[in-house]
Amino acid sequence: MTLLEVHELNTYYGESHILRGVDISVDSGEMVCLIGRNGVGKTTLLKSLIGLLPTRSGEVLLNGESIVRRSPHQRAQSGIAYVPQGREIIAHLTVEENLLLGMEALPGGLKRSSKIDPIIYELFPVLKKFLSRKGGDLSGGQQQQLAIARALLGEPRLLLLDEPTEGIQPNIIKDIELAIKRIIRETDIGVLLVEQHLHFVRQSDRYYAMQRGGIVASGETGGLSKSIVDQFLNV
Amino acid sequence: MQLILESLFNGVAIGSVLLIAALGLAIVFGLMGVINLAHGELMMLGAYSTYVTQLVFKTPLLQPFYNCYVIVSLIVAFLVAGIVGILLERSIIRRLYGNPLETLLATWGVSLILQQFVRSVPLAYASGFIITILIGLILPLIIPKKVHHHSRAYVVKAGVWGISVLFGLLSANWLATSISRIGRASARNVDVTAPMWMRGGFDFLGITFPVTRLVIIIITIISVFSVTWFLNQSVWGMRIRAVTQNREMSECLGIATNKVDVLTFGIGSGLAGVAGVAVSLLGSVGPNVGGSYIVGCFMVVVLGGVGNLLGTIIASFSIGIMTDLIGAGRLISIWPDMPTPLASTVDFFATTSMARVLIFALIVVFLQFRPSGLFPQKGRMVEN
Repeated sequence: MTLLEVHELNTYYGESHILRGVDISVDSGEMVCLIGRNGVGKTTLLKSLIGLLPTRSGEVLLNGESIVRRSPHQRAQSGIAYVPQGREIIAHLTVEENLLLGMEALPGGLKRSSKIDPIIYELFPVLKKFLSRKGGDLSGGQQQQLAIARALLGEPRLLLLDEPTEGIQPNIIKDIELAIKRIIRETDIGVLLVEQHLHFVRQSDRYYAMQRGGIVASGETGGLSKSIVDQFLNV
Repeated sequence: MQLILESLFNGVAIGSVLLIAALGLAIVFGLMGVINLAHGELMMLGAYSTYVTQLVFKTPLLQPFYNCYVIVSLIVAFLVAGIVGILLERSIIRRLYGNPLETLLATWGVSLILQQFVRSVPLAYASGFIITILIGLILPLIIPKKVHHHSRAYVVKAGVWGISVLFGLLSANWLATSISRIGRASARNVDVTAPMWMRGGFDFLGITFPVTRLVIIIITIISVFSVTWFLNQSVWGMRIRAVTQNREMSECLGIATNKVDVLTFGIGSGLAGVAGVAVSLLGSVGPNVGGSYIVGCFMVVVLGGVGNLLGTIIASFSIGIMTDLIGAGRLISIWPDMPTPLASTVDFFATTSMARVLIFALIVVFLQFRPSGLFPQKGRMVEN
């Protein structure tokens, strides 16, 4: 079943036209990767989907429901979780508080009685050790794990990941990859990911390649040829 | 010993007035980064609320409970200033987030409007207006959720405001007829008279502690503890802390940031109202009473380190103690055989206004060396 459908999406920064008629779709239980060189509009697309950037025209459907007119917090409550580039951990809050805030997206929001699902510590054991530390004091890799854990606690149906492997050491990339695959398998969520890391790209089911604000190629990642890789990835 | 104790008490008393006045600002300016020049006028509204509450408690119906009017007026002042603050946020400040200069000008304008408002609108009708808005805001919370999503929800909404206006008018009318003093507009200063139990002093170790001062210290302590608890332990407090640090990400996590803004501003303003109660107990209340506190409030918040509650507390008490040390010329009584030139300097500064001048000068010098105050933010996250 189609989880996310995007039709003819156009986004502007001021007067400059960034996204030009983007069409994509993501199914439940599927990992879809967005590739393309720097500055082609990948992050802009994710920000338009979560609602941080206003879209001028086009349609975004989540489970068949239009969400274009909703604000970011309403989209989060409808089931979209967003892990931005640079992680955006709330620096002066503890790791535990950051995790608790992930549950704001649940129906009814965070409550005093809300408890952190222990599966998070199974996926990212390091977080349990640092629960009472300030989020801003964690290393980049730990912050990335925290950001993903925080997103998952909202029990999303669609997870948007912006360059989860950027500037992170290889063993943590492996952990993140395993965690995401396990979550897709167990909860059947859809994942839309922006990635430059070729190994990670190959883990996805399908890809969309972007150029100058539009989708120029798409297909199964199994059929990702060397010429496409050379054309769209910074490797 | 006696001297030190007395000096300490006076310092703490001055400091607690500063602290209670600056506490709301520490939230609005320190956490939200909004420069609200109308903060003093919100205090003034709190002081007028105390005055009206006191008069209401003089009516035959409430006369037997006259002694507890101070406690009731704390709640009234919090609500009045909080509601005006919420109106201010919704109508003006919301549109100016991220534009500090425009905010500064706009809130200064609001402060002038509020000053003129209490001069030219009879207090009875002002109270009626506040009651209207209070009922209008609270009634929808009691109505079951289902009604709000009904297709005819606007009828209910209109009905709610109709009822609120009716209640507001009735109460304004009642206030105007039964308390003639607030039925007419007046620009003159008014006096809040403390109830019997708050007059006089309390003797301890040979020193007299004025009860009003003790009450203000207690109000301050309670306010500080409730604010700290609220910000650090409650769910809404955590939302406030999250939104003040990272608005965009908080929004993406599912926090309704506009609601958090309203709440934060409402609480900050409400605390200004509570400070107004303290101010009304110290002297007469006029439309300009807020102006004399606003500069001190900003000084305290900046000196303590913006966004740091502990810093605000320490800064206000140190300013309080210094004011007493300098303003009352206590150095001479502590060290009687001071050389004459020094003694005359100390004597020169031994008035309230000169002490203020000296302290502001000292703060300015201090900020040259520590521009971000006593407790600057430290660590890896400063750059973010």
